[in-house]
Amino acid sequence: MSKNSSLWSDAIYRLTRNKAAMIGGGILIGLIACALLAPWIAPYSYSYQDLDLGASPPSSDHLLGTDILGRDLLSRILYGARVSLLVGFVATGVALVIGVSWGIIAGFFGGRIDSIMMRIVDILYGLPFIIFVILLMVIFGSNLWLLFGAIGAVEWLTMSRIVRGQVIGLKNQEFVLAAKAMGVSNFSMFKRHLLPNILGPIAVYATLTIPQVMLLESFLSFLGLGIQPPMSSWGTLIKDGVESMEEYGWLLIYPGLTFTITLFALNFFGDGLRDALDPKTTDN
Amino acid sequence: MLAIFIKRVFMAIPVLLAVATMTFFLIKLAPGGPFDAEKAVSPQVLKNLNAVYNLDASEWEQYTDYMSGVIQGDFGPSFKYPGRSVTEMIASGLPITFELAMYAILIALVIGVLSGVLAALKRNTMLDFIPMAIAMIGICVPTFLMGPLLVLIFGIQLELLPVAGWGQLSGDKILPSITLGFAYAAYIARLSRGGMLEVLNQDFIRTARAKGLTERMVVIKHAMQGGLIPVVSFLGPAIAGLLAGSFVVETIFQIPGLGRFYVEAALNRDYTMILGTTIFFSAMIVFFNLISDLASLWLNPRSRDV
Repeated sequence: MSKNSSLWSDAIYRLTRNKAAMIGGGILIGLIACALLAPWIAPYSYSYQDLDLGASPPSSDHLLGTDILGRDLLSRILYGARVSLLVGFVATGVALVIGVSWGIIAGFFGGRIDSIMMRIVDILYGLPFIIFVILLMVIFGSNLWLLFGAIGAVEWLTMSRIVRGQVIGLKNQEFVLAAKAMGVSNFSMFKRHLLPNILGPIAVYATLTIPQVMLLESFLSFLGLGIQPPMSSWGTLIKDGVESMEEYGWLLIYPGLTFTITLFALNFFGDGLRDALDPKTTDN
Repeated sequence: MLAIFIKRVFMAIPVLLAVATMTFFLIKLAPGGPFDAEKAVSPQVLKNLNAVYNLDASEWEQYTDYMSGVIQGDFGPSFKYPGRSVTEMIASGLPITFELAMYAILIALVIGVLSGVLAALKRNTMLDFIPMAIAMIGICVPTFLMGPLLVLIFGIQLELLPVAGWGQLSGDKILPSITLGFAYAAYIARLSRGGMLEVLNQDFIRTARAKGLTERMVVIKHAMQGGLIPVVSFLGPAIAGLLAGSFVVETIFQIPGLGRFYVEAALNRDYTMILGTTIFFSAMIVFFNLISDLASLWLNPRSRDV
């Protein structure tokens, strides 16, 4: 370890020594690259149909085979990665914005504001949110942006609790009191003094939220309530695969494998990040 | 303890009322009426239908009517299945979903607690690594993938177990229960391992060992009571998750339970059915959360005074 090591350089050092996390991170970077480059690297378009061919097993023309409509499975998985990862990142972003602001405000002001805000969180915790997401999808139709918003609005609760706890720990420290004494406005207090100090836990929790969000999206798509054809997400691909798994097993195996590997990678990377940023929790 | 109990119960009532109200008016926001079928109905018929289903009353009147019905256990008629009431459909699906959930929780608790406690006791041995690796698989492989894979292996390839149904063929309850329970077994294994590790390092365990108790007594009587609190607190939220899981499992295995009714209602846009089941599910979840909160309070004396 270097002599003048900060929290972050320490964390990066520990992270690079964690093999599982590094492999997970590598897989993630590869996947994100594939998703971004899908229009260029995918051998076919996601909606191109070769009806004469129909469902065919993996071959040199179609590396992962084709579905019943003769669509190239590899291309559909690549394009599906765009939707699945996009949902993962955007919905987590929504959850981050709501959760962090809620937690900072509750923790910083304390007192009655805090107890009202956290009581609201307690109550929301007890509600069947998954049903509300379904309800919203039924009422307003399966709109991609609504899906982002609805999932994000469900996942912010834990984040707000974590942030609140961190802020309460920080707000009586000298540098915050000093900033207060100098008359720093509340907004720049949040931005310059509190937020940078709680980035660690936020980053960790965000990485662990992404797989949950992706699960939720694919769950909805599996039930037919999420992404609608001809667009494909990994959830819709698995749904299609299940419908024809007896005859055409590859249609279930490859999308399922891709999805599972991604979830593994995200979980390992998130766990590694947590251990790296907070060595105390390594035991769990 | 009693004061906390009463306070929690009274907190649940406004929550349920808010959920019911919100759902009711959200459904009203939905585009299109319930009778916008593929073939248009004549205005006269539509008017009669609206009168029969009380849709020509003011929204406030409909709301109060509906709510007073709900309190008496009447969720109104189903729009898509004429002649059947939502209450009837809930009553026919609930026992099946309940049975499925019970088996799943049982599987999850037995496998999860056993392997978690064992992993904590035999830390850093194969008895720790292997179950925890399997648990990681259980967490990463979603139910809607696990179910079809189990069907493919045990139902279609090995032809050991029926691939669908509930209570018609012998053994057709096994695959759905395992599918639903597996992910929870994984979570519970990780939680009980973590909880046990924390407790096993504490002084009172050293004292218990020092006074010559057998290892079995130390683990069962002293360590598990504290170490399993995270599992008990997890069970409340797990009920909500089981519900979502039942949507998937009942769809995959074609089980006529509440979960499949709900998904069908959502796909068919059967608004009264969605409304009724949403309120019903919420009530169940609030109820089970309450129970699990109270159970973990009771298990953890330190939190009783808070």
